[in-house]
Amino acid sequence: MRVNQVEVPRDENGSSILDLARADIAESSTKTRNCAACPGSGSGSMEFQSPYPDQVLENVLENVLHFLTARRDRNAASLVCKSWYRAEALTRSELFIGNCYAVSPRRATSRFTRVRSVAIKGKPRFADFDLMPINWGALFSPWVAAMAKAYPWLEKVYLKRMTVTDEDLVLLSESFPCFKELVLVCCDGFGTSGLAAVAGRCRQLRVLDLVESEVDDDDVEWLSYFPESQTHLESLVFDCLQFAVNFDALEKLVARSPSLKKLRLNGSVTTPQLYRLITQAPQLTHLGTGSFGALEAVAAGDQEPDYASAFAACKSLVCLSGFREIFPDYLPAIYPVCTSLTSLNFSYANINAEHLKSVICLCHKLQTLWVLDSICDEGLQAVAATCKDLRELRVFPENPNEDVEGPVSEVGLQAISEGCNKLQSILYFCQRMTNAAVVAMSKNCPDLVVFRLCIIGRYRPDAVTGEPMDEGFGAIVMNCKKLTRLAVSGLLTDRAFSYIGKYGKLVRTLSVAFAGDTDMGLKYVLEGCHNLQKLEIRDSPFGNEALHSGLHHYYNMRFVWMSSCKLTRHACQEVARALPHLVVEVIRSQGERNDDSVEILYMYRSLDGPRSDAPQFVTIMQ
Amino acid sequence: MDVRSRNEEVSPQLLDLIPKAKKEWRMNEEGRTQNNKNTKKDKSCCEERKLELRLGPPGGEDWFLPHNHNTKNSDESVLYLGYFPSQQTEKISTSPWACSSSSKASSFLQFPSCSPQSMPEKKAFSSSSSANPAVSSNISQKRTAPGPVVGWPPIRSFRKNLASNGISKTAHETQQQQNDVADKVAGKKPVVDNVGKGLFVKINMDGVPIGRKVDLNAYDSYEKLSSAVDELFRCLLAAQRDSSAGGIKNKEEDEEKAITGLLDGSGEYTLVYEDNEGDRMLVGDVPWHMFVSTVKRLRVLKSSELSAFTLGNKQHKKAT
Repeated sequence: MRVNQVEVPRDENGSSILDLARADIAESSTKTRNCAACPGSGSGSMEFQSPYPDQVLENVLENVLHFLTARRDRNAASLVCKSWYRAEALTRSELFIGNCYAVSPRRATSRFTRVRSVAIKGKPRFADFDLMPINWGALFSPWVAAMAKAYPWLEKVYLKRMTVTDEDLVLLSESFPCFKELVLVCCDGFGTSGLAAVAGRCRQLRVLDLVESEVDDDDVEWLSYFPESQTHLESLVFDCLQFAVNFDALEKLVARSPSLKKLRLNGSVTTPQLYRLITQAPQLTHLGTGSFGALEAVAAGDQEPDYASAFAACKSLVCLSGFREIFPDYLPAIYPVCTSLTSLNFSYANINAEHLKSVICLCHKLQTLWVLDSICDEGLQAVAATCKDLRELRVFPENPNEDVEGPVSEVGLQAISEGCNKLQSILYFCQRMTNAAVVAMSKNCPDLVVFRLCIIGRYRPDAVTGEPMDEGFGAIVMNCKKLTRLAVSGLLTDRAFSYIGKYGKLVRTLSVAFAGDTDMGLKYVLEGCHNLQKLEIRDSPFGNEALHSGLHHYYNMRFVWMSSCKLTRHACQEVARALPHLVVEVIRSQGERNDDSVEILYMYRSLDGPRSDAPQFVTIMQ
Repeated sequence: MDVRSRNEEVSPQLLDLIPKAKKEWRMNEEGRTQNNKNTKKDKSCCEERKLELRLGPPGGEDWFLPHNHNTKNSDESVLYLGYFPSQQTEKISTSPWACSSSSKASSFLQFPSCSPQSMPEKKAFSSSSSANPAVSSNISQKRTAPGPVVGWPPIRSFRKNLASNGISKTAHETQQQQNDVADKVAGKKPVVDNVGKGLFVKINMDGVPIGRKVDLNAYDSYEKLSSAVDELFRCLLAAQRDSSAGGIKNKEEDEEKAITGLLDGSGEYTLVYEDNEGDRMLVGDVPWHMFVSTVKRLRVLKSSELSAFTLGNKQHKKAT
C-alpha cells in the first residue's frame, strides 16, 4: 500500500507546473496512456507491454519534470503511472526524508538514483527537551554509508536531530568530491575531529552550518584544516559551539574567503576580534556577533576600535544575531545597519526595554525578531510601533521558572497584534495571558501560520477572568485560516480541542502539554484535523479510547508522540496490530516496568518495518 | 554493583558535590538534564510541601501516584540523568540527595521545594506561595501547582543559562563563564543511558586525531579499562608512528606496542580524565564507582608531558 499519499493541500509553489506538464503530455498519445496505465496494477495484461513505448515522451517527461521542485508535486507526479514514476525518480535531485526511520537508506537510494541533496530528520522535537532517553537512535551512519555508494556526486546534506559521529563526517568528507553544503541542526555525537575532516577534505565546501548542535571539543583546531588557498566558503555558522576556537585561524580563513556572506561566531569571539573580522569581510549579509561583551582590560584611556564604522562599512548586512554576552553600551555600534536589517536575533541578550528601543526604533524593515522577555511589554510595544513589516516574532523567557512574575504578558501580545498585522509566525513565552489578547491576535493577524503560545505556569487560566484559555485558542483556529502549526498551553479543557478539531483543518503540527480533561479532547483532534501530520502530546489525560480513534489517520502522519498520558501497552499493541505499517514504539526511560502503563509512545509509519537499531529501553509493539 | 551501597558509600561525597550541584540547580532552570532528572514533577502546592526541605521529589498528588516518594529505591548513580515521567508509581526514585536531606536543609531554607530559583537574590520564592493566581479548583486532583518538571518549559538547554549572564562581562569572566557553561553543558550532556547501560565517554589520545568512545559500564575496574584503552588505541598509535618521522622513544616501530603503565605513571602514556567540574585528574585515585559517576571524558596523554599539567583540585576531591 502506498503510505506516502498525503495530498491535498497544495504547496505554495509549483503546482501549476504540474498542470503544465500534464497538458504537454495529454495532447500526445492516448496510446501511451493506455499502456502506461496497466503496469500500475502489475498483473499480466495483454496490452502493449513495451517498457518504453515512446522514448521521445520519456525524454520530454524527464525534461519537464526537472522543473518540478516542490516535493509534494513530485510525489503526485510519481503516482500518475509507472512511466512517470520512473521519470520522476530519475529526475529528483533533492531528497527529503522527514523521518529517518520511515524508510531504509537502501530503499531510498534504490528508488532515487540521481540525488544531489539530502535532508534527513531524526528524533522528534520533544527530544530537545530531554524527554527522549539518549541513545534512542536517529543515527546518520547507515545513511552516509548507503549514500557513499549511491550518490558519489552528492553536494548537500541537511540533518536535523540526528546523531552524527566523527567517523560519519570522515566518511562524508572522503566520499563526495563535489560536496558543498553541510547543515547540522540540533545534532550531536560529533566533535571538532569530524569538523576538521570536513574542513580539510571538502575542497568545494561552500556552507558549513552548525545550528544548535552539541559539538564536542576534541582539542582539534578544526578551523586550521581549511585549505590554505582561497576557499569557496559562503556560510560559516558555529555560534552553538561552547568552547573557544582558534581566532588566528579564523581570521586568516575569513581573509581568504571572498565569497563569505554568512558568518555566525560563537561566544568565545570577543568584540575586538569581531571588529577585526568584519573589517575584513564587509560583504557579509548575515552576522552573528559572538560575545559583543566588554573587556575588563580596556581601561578608560585606551582606544577602543571604532565599532560603529566597522558596522557601517557592512552595507549588505541584513541579519544580525549573537550578542551572547552583550555590553549594552556597544549597542550604538549597530545603529548604522539597523535600517536595512530584516532579521534581528537578541534572544541571548538580556537587554531591557530602553536598550531595545534604541535599536528597534531604527528597524523599519524588520521581518524577523527573536528577543528575550527582558525587554518587557514596553519593549514589545516599541516593536509594535516600528516594525510594521514583522513576519516572525519569538519571545523567549530569561527566567523559565514557573513561579515568577514574568516581564511580558497579554499586554505585549496585544500590542504586537495591533502593530504587526502581517505577522505570520509567533512563539511567545509568558507567565500570564488572557483570552482577550489571544482573540485580538486572531483577528488582527489573519496571516498567522504558526501560533505557539507557552504559558510557563502549567494549568494557568486567563489571568483576568480565571477562565480556561479555551476561547483564545478557539479564536485562533477559527480566525486564522492559514494556520498550520499550533502549540497550546495554559488551562485548557476538552472544549479547546473541540475547537481545534472543528476549525483547525489545515493544522499539520500540534503540540499539547498539560491540557485537556478526557479522551474526548484527543478524539476531537484526531477526528477533525484531517491534515494533521505531527502530533506531540505530553502529560495530558488522553487514553486508549482516544488513541484508538485515530486509527484511520495514523498512516497519513509523520509521527505521534504521547508521553505521560493514560495509555496502556495493551492498547498500543492493538494499534500496532491494526496498522501493520505503523511502527509503535513504547519507550520506558528508566528501569524495568512490570505494569501496563506507557511512559512514552512514539509511533510513525514506515515502509521497512521496525528498525533494527532500537535500544533496549524501546519496545516495538507487534 | 550494588547501587544502594554505592550511594551510601558516596554519600559523604554528596556533601561535596551538592554545593556545586545545588548551585547548578539554582542556575539551571527546569528542564536541564542533570537536575531535573532528580526532581519530580507535579508537586502539590500545599504549604507543607512547600516548606519541605528536600531536594528529592516532594511527591504529591498525581494521576497515578501514591505517596511513596520517600522510598529509597534509587537505582541511579549520584549524577543520575534519567528521565522521570509524571505518572510515577513505584518508580519515584528519590534522588540520592534524599539520603542527606537533613544536612542540606540549611542550604535549602531559601528555596521552596517546588521550584528552583535562578538567583538567590531574585527572591522569587516569596511570591511562589501566592504565585498561581487562580489555579482553577473546579478541575480535580491534577490541577495543583507546579514543581520542577522535566522538559518544561520547552526551551532548549542552550537558552537556559541566560539569567546568569550579566552585562558588561569582562573577557576573563566571559571565558570563565563560557568554560563554566561549557563544563555545565558538557557535564549535563547525558552520557548515561537511562536504563543503566552504556556509559559512553569520549577518549582522546595524544597523537591520534580522532577520538573514540568507551562504555565505562562495560568495565568494573581500572585494570579492565586500561587494557581496553590499550586495545582501542594500539593499532591507531602504531599507524601514527609509522607515518611520523624519527622515532624518538622506541625502536619498535614495526610492530604494535602494547600501551602499558597507564595507571601508575610507568608507561609512555598516562590515563587522565576530566570530571564534572572540568578538572583534570589522574585516573585511578578514587574508587571506581566514584570515578564512573564523575568522569566526563578521558584522555591518554604522554607521561612526559604530565608534569606540565595542573591536575586541578585533586585534594578537594579525594574520596574519604
